[in-house]
Amino acid sequence: MLRFLLTRVSLLVPTFIGISLLVFVLVRLIPGDPIETMAGERGIDQAVHERLRHEYGFDRPLLVQYGLYLSRLAHGDLGRSIVTQKPVLTEFAELFPATVELSLCAILFALCIGIPAGIIAAVRRNSVFDHGVMALSLTGYSMPIFWWGLLLILLFSVQLGWTPVSGRIAVLYFIQPKTGFLLVDSLLAGDTAAFRSALSHLVLPAIVLGTVPLAVISRMTRSAMLEVLGEDYIRTARAKGLSNFRVIAIHAFRNALIPVVTVIGLQVGALFTGAILTETIFSWPGVGKWLIEGIGRRDYPVLQGGTLLIGAIIMTVNLLVDVTYGIINPRIRRAR
Amino acid sequence: MSIRRSIVAIAAATLMSSSPLAAKTLVFCSEGSPENFYPGVNTTGTSFDANSQIYSRIVDFERGETTVIPGLAEKWDISADGTVYTFHLRHGVKWQSNANFKPTRDFNADDIMFSIERQWKPDHPYYKVTSSNHSYFNDMGLPKLLKSVEKVDDYTVKITLNQPEAPFLSDLAMEYAGIQSKEYADAMLKAGTPEKIDQEPVGTGPYMLVQYQKDAIIRYKAFPDFYRGKAKIDDLIFAITPDASVRWAKLQRGECQVMPYPNPADLPAMRKDPNITVLEQPGLNIGYLAYNTTKKPFDDVRVRKAVNMAINKKAIIDAVFLSTGVAAKNPIPPTMWSYNDDIKDDPYDPEAAKKLLAEAGYPGGFSTDLWAMPVQRPYNPNARRIAELMQADLAKVGVKAEIKSYEWGEYRKRAQAGEHQMAQLGWTGDNGDPDNFLNTLLGCAASKNNGSNIAKWCYQPFEDLVQKAKHISDQNERTKLYREAQVIFKEQAPWFTIAHSVQLKPVRKEVVDFKLSPFGRHTFYGVDIK
Repeated sequence: MLRFLLTRVSLLVPTFIGISLLVFVLVRLIPGDPIETMAGERGIDQAVHERLRHEYGFDRPLLVQYGLYLSRLAHGDLGRSIVTQKPVLTEFAELFPATVELSLCAILFALCIGIPAGIIAAVRRNSVFDHGVMALSLTGYSMPIFWWGLLLILLFSVQLGWTPVSGRIAVLYFIQPKTGFLLVDSLLAGDTAAFRSALSHLVLPAIVLGTVPLAVISRMTRSAMLEVLGEDYIRTARAKGLSNFRVIAIHAFRNALIPVVTVIGLQVGALFTGAILTETIFSWPGVGKWLIEGIGRRDYPVLQGGTLLIGAIIMTVNLLVDVTYGIINPRIRRAR
Repeated sequence: MSIRRSIVAIAAATLMSSSPLAAKTLVFCSEGSPENFYPGVNTTGTSFDANSQIYSRIVDFERGETTVIPGLAEKWDISADGTVYTFHLRHGVKWQSNANFKPTRDFNADDIMFSIERQWKPDHPYYKVTSSNHSYFNDMGLPKLLKSVEKVDDYTVKITLNQPEAPFLSDLAMEYAGIQSKEYADAMLKAGTPEKIDQEPVGTGPYMLVQYQKDAIIRYKAFPDFYRGKAKIDDLIFAITPDASVRWAKLQRGECQVMPYPNPADLPAMRKDPNITVLEQPGLNIGYLAYNTTKKPFDDVRVRKAVNMAINKKAIIDAVFLSTGVAAKNPIPPTMWSYNDDIKDDPYDPEAAKKLLAEAGYPGGFSTDLWAMPVQRPYNPNARRIAELMQADLAKVGVKAEIKSYEWGEYRKRAQAGEHQMAQLGWTGDNGDPDNFLNTLLGCAASKNNGSNIAKWCYQPFEDLVQKAKHISDQNERTKLYREAQVIFKEQAPWFTIAHSVQLKPVRKEVVDFKLSPFGRHTFYGVDIK
C-alpha cells in the first residue's frame, strides 16, 4: 500500500509543474494585457503603460517571468491580484470555503438521490421507473446550468416564494466569518435563525450544481449494478438463500462501487466547472466567480494562482479516489 | 384597573414598535465587487459607487446634476487669470474611525495636501501603495496642469495651475479626488501596513464601512457626524449580484430596493409591476461611428455627409437599443449644458446620399472597412449588430463595407492609431463638462499621437472655439462657444452620431427621493425609505 501511495504521490509533482506551465502560457495567450484592459475608452499613455508593465515585470522575457514565478511559488507566494492588490492566496482562502460548502452540498444531493435511483433502476430493469430515471438523467445531463438556475429561481423564489433568490445568507444576519463555512459559522455564533437562512440559501444552488453529477452518478450506478447483478457470485448468493436486500446491498453494491467512486472523483473537476456558472447566477461568493472576473480583467496572478490551487485540489481528490479504490478492492492495490 | 393597565401596555408597545428610532435599511443590488477602497486608483463605476458613500471631495456635484457645489471647501476664489484657486475649507468636519484608527483631529488642509500629493508626486511614500496607476488623475491631465499645491493655513489651500482650465472644479468633484485622512495614513505607515488605508477606509462621507465580503456584501452604517447631517438611511447594504435577471428577481421579492443595469428584456415586466418605478434619463454618453478624415475617401466632407444620410439611424435604435437608447445628433448628450437642440440631424435619404457620392467622384460607391467593438459598452449594446445594419444600408448606395473587429484593448489601440477607415466607438462623460467630449474626442491634440480623437479630425475653426471655451470661466460665454462648435461639427460630419443610451433604474416604490446621477453613479445620501 505504501509503495502504491508513493508512486501515486510522485506522479503529482510533474503534473503540478505541467499545470503551472500550461496556465502560465495559456493566460498570456488571451489577447490584450491587464493594463490595457483596465484603461477603458481613453486608453493609457504609452509612458505610463511601459512603467506599469515594468513594475509588474511583464516587460521581461517570458522564460524569465516563468522562472521567477516558479521560484516564488516554491516559497508559497502566488503573487498579488493586479486589480485588488491583495495576495492571491488570501483572496482564495476567503472565497474557497463558499465553493466547498456549495460543492459538498451539491455532491451530497447528487449521491443521496443518484445512488438509490441507479440501484432501483438496475434492479427493476426496463420498468417504468428505470426508463423514467434514465430519461431524467439524460435531461439533467444536457441541461444548460444557466437556464436551469434561472428557471428554478423564477419558480421557487419569485412565483412560489419558497426559497431566497440569491446570495449566501439574508442581509439581515451579520455573521463574522470564522471558518468561512457559513453553516458552521452561524452555529458557532449560536444563531439558529441565521443557520436556517444560510441553509435555505443553499437549496437552489446545490440542486443546480448537483444536477449534472446526479445524472452521471445515477447512470453509472445503474450500469455498474447491471454488470454486477449478472455475475456468477450473485447467482450463488441468491442460491444460498440470502435475502434480496442483502444480495443487492452487500454483494452487488460493494462491487459496483468501484466505477461509481471513480466517477464521483471525476465529478470534483466537473463541480468546479459548474461552480463557475452556478456562482454567477446565485451571486455565490466563491472561487468560480472570482476566476471568471480574473479572465475578464486579465488578472494573470489570480488566474495562475487560482487555477493552480484548484488543479492541486483536484489532483489530491483523485489521489484519494485512487486510495479508496485500493481499499474497496484489494486486487487493484496488489496489482500495482 | 386591569383593563386600563392593558390599554397602557398596548399603547406603549404600539409606540415602541413605531418608534422613529427603528433602523432604516436600504439594500442596493450592486453589479460587482469594488477593486479596492481607494478611489484614486479606481477605474470602474462599480468601485466609485462603493467609495463615494465613504469619502467626501473638495467640491461636489449637486445630487442628480452636473453643477459643482461646495464640498469640504465651503467657498473658493479664482484669480482673474484663472490659474490660482484658493479653497476655504469647512471647520469641524469629523473623520470616521475604525478598529485601526481613532482620529485625534478634525479634517484640515493637511488631508487635502496628502490626497493630492499621493496621486501627483512619484516620490510620495503613498504613491505606489495599492497601485501607482492613478488613472483618472492622469487622464484629466492634472500632472501637467498643476503647478503647485500650497497649504496657506489649516483651513486654506491654494492650487496654482500652469494654464487656465475651466473644467478644473468639475475635475475635483469627480470620485477619484476623494479626500483621505493624513493622520490615518501616517499611523498605518508607521505600523508598516500602509495598504490598510485603502482596504479599511476612513473618510468624512455620509456612510462608514462596516463589513466587506468580496463578491457577497458591503455593509455601511450612517456616519452620525457627517458634516451635512446624518443620512436618513441607517444601514446601507450593497448585495453584490452580478446577473441582471437575478437582480430583477431580488427586486421583485423585495430582497433589494434599487438595482442598476436592468436586462432590456425584463423592462416590460418591470414597467407593469405596481411595486416598481423605472426611473430613466439619457445617460452622459455617446455612441458614434468615426470616419478617419485623414484617409480617402473620408477626407472629403461630401462623402462623410453622404454616409451619414445613407444609414438608417432609427432602424438601429429600434433594433439594437430597443427602449434603452435615444438617437444622437450632437457629439454631447442632451442632459449636458450647452447642448444645441436647434441643430437638425442629417436625414435618412439614400437617394440624396447617392447624389452626394457622385458629386464627390464616387458614382459607383467605394469599398471601405467598418470596425465594430467586440464587447458590449454602456453606450453601445451590440456593435457587431449595428455594423451589420450599417453594412446593409451602405450597400444600398453602392458602398461595400467589410466588418472588422479585434480584441477590445487591441481595437482601441489600433483605432487610436488611425488604422481604420470607419470605426465605432463611444464615450461616457467623466465630469459633466462639454470640454470632456468636444476637446477630448474632437480636439486637435487628441487627433495626434494615438489620442482619443479617432476621426483624426483637426479642424481649426472648431478647435479655436473649443480652446477658447476651455480657458474662460464664464459659463454663459462658454455655452455660446460650445453651441457654435456643435454647428461646425454637424457641417463637417467627422462622426455619424448613433445614440445616447438611456440610464434605466428600477426602484421599489418605498424608496423616496432617489435621484439618477448623470454620471451613472449610485449615491444614497438624501435617499429615504418608507
